[in-house]
Amino acid sequence: MIDLSVKIDKLLLKNPVMTASGTFGYGFEFEDFLDISQLGGIIVKATTSKHREGNRYPRMAETSMGMLNAVGLQNKGVDYFVNETYPKLKKYNTNVIVNVSDSTIEGYVEVAEKINALEYIPGIELNISCPNVKEGGMAFGTSCPMAAGVVKAVRKVYKKTLIVKLSPNVTNISEIAKAVEDAGADSVSLINTLLGMAIDAEKRRPVLSTVTGGLSGPAVKPVALRMVYQVAKAVKIPVIGLGGISSAADAIEFMLAGATAIQVGTANFIDPAITIKIIDGITDYLQRHHIKDINELIGALEV
Amino acid sequence: MNIRNWICLYDNKLTTVKKIIHDLVVIENKSVGGNNFVLSLKAPDKLPEILPGQFCEVKVDKSPEVFLRRPFSIHDIDYQSNILTLLIKAVGKGTNILSGIAKGDTINIVYPLGNGFSLSKEPNILLVGGGCGVAPLLFLAKTFKNMGLSPVVLVGGRTSDDVPQLDAYQAIAETHIATEDGSAGEKGLVTQHSLFKTRLSDFKRIYTCGPEGMMKAVAKAAEALEIPCEVSLENTMACGIGACLCCVTETTEGHKCVCTDGPVFDSRDLNGWNIEKASKCSLPYLKADNHD
Repeated sequence: MIDLSVKIDKLLLKNPVMTASGTFGYGFEFEDFLDISQLGGIIVKATTSKHREGNRYPRMAETSMGMLNAVGLQNKGVDYFVNETYPKLKKYNTNVIVNVSDSTIEGYVEVAEKINALEYIPGIELNISCPNVKEGGMAFGTSCPMAAGVVKAVRKVYKKTLIVKLSPNVTNISEIAKAVEDAGADSVSLINTLLGMAIDAEKRRPVLSTVTGGLSGPAVKPVALRMVYQVAKAVKIPVIGLGGISSAADAIEFMLAGATAIQVGTANFIDPAITIKIIDGITDYLQRHHIKDINELIGALEV
Repeated sequence: MNIRNWICLYDNKLTTVKKIIHDLVVIENKSVGGNNFVLSLKAPDKLPEILPGQFCEVKVDKSPEVFLRRPFSIHDIDYQSNILTLLIKAVGKGTNILSGIAKGDTINIVYPLGNGFSLSKEPNILLVGGGCGVAPLLFLAKTFKNMGLSPVVLVGGRTSDDVPQLDAYQAIAETHIATEDGSAGEKGLVTQHSLFKTRLSDFKRIYTCGPEGMMKAVAKAAEALEIPCEVSLENTMACGIGACLCCVTETTEGHKCVCTDGPVFDSRDLNGWNIEKASKCSLPYLKADNHD
């Protein structure tokens, strides 16, 4: 019997495969394609203190083996989430984690406090890395004192598992990871999207309404893998790896680099049932390599 | 709006059809003039129930530059032989690869997606298509015909090459043509066609699909005569199932996903499509989120 379960702080995941925020809606959108309860966890769409309409269309540009997005945290706000969305999420027999974002520390704290009261939400992922909003977002995640400040403030009101999602748009991601660990984070997830840009040469115009956007998909995987490798060596808390994961082999690579769990993001857009295939593929890998406990893989890279 | 569109065609029961992923076999790839082609695809087993105006997301292999699926509306359906057809114009990398696909190849699709056109029982219906935007209107015209109605079809394009599948429309409906160069039908835009000038007020409902400028002109002409008009939008999409929030359009109720709230909208619900509101097409609260 192969044991696929892993632990992120107090969270027990039946397998290391989660879905990345902003790529899986609230899970409902994918119910026709898979049994959500088979996943290790889902990270639902970013929730902010107030309703946000997001950025103007066009918000997306296809790139080679990837895409840029500039959605801009469109969501109906935390009160709507608590009253309307949360009751429908209780049916899932998996870890439902809420991605929390905002423009101010007070906003982050307000959302975290309201979500802390929800029995069936065992953790939050603090998004200090969204590249698509003018204020807040990535600004918090690209400076050690700013990152530590928001994590400390949220830690005071949030009593369950606190994951912090890191931005790759920094010179030294390990320093940011250590700063949020010292500030009380229980885990870090990385990477959010890489700041990028697309231009329509015929029109001499940027493709995105915001000019720049966040790059995701297989194109970013080598960068993500390197950063997970560096951060896993720098911190003691568990690392959740993401960035272009589209197959079981990709997932295994992130675990060998030091990730305890992984998130599948953009790949959900191309194959809505990809997560189940990745779980099955991980089981196959472990069988082929005669590994009984997936935890043996974490950080097992031989350099 | 969603519930209205989910009224099942065939048994009049409220139903939501499960979305599925299928590998379909190409049984024909037929060039139909211009850069347009029609793909006939056979399902491995029974086709799901599909409504006119719904679409599918097609996976395009063989190029790292074509990363995302491509959305196409369903052109026609044959439930007896489980064949679905798509009318596509080769305009970019993805559609060019698809234009070269051969009989016997398989195509992976996710379907049926989005909300279809509402099926009016009013007798006087006008369908207006532009270029390969006529694609969903064949399935819609056939559906109306099966309901015992006689829709009128008006198609337009730059030249005669841009009005594909004319035979198919002419076989089932009174069909009118407008081309900008006059190479087929009347010369000019669809909104300059004599049908628009003399008979528009006869119609009780208008359905349109094509270039946005054409659809807006049709919608405004319809609105001026208080005729309900449904338009099918074609925004750039990633997921097609309402998860990524990339394909949004501005509506009177804020941003809505074209993939799941549309692709068919009542033109009166869209900001900037309305006669009175034509000048103020952006939402004031959007400014806060913009980069610059």
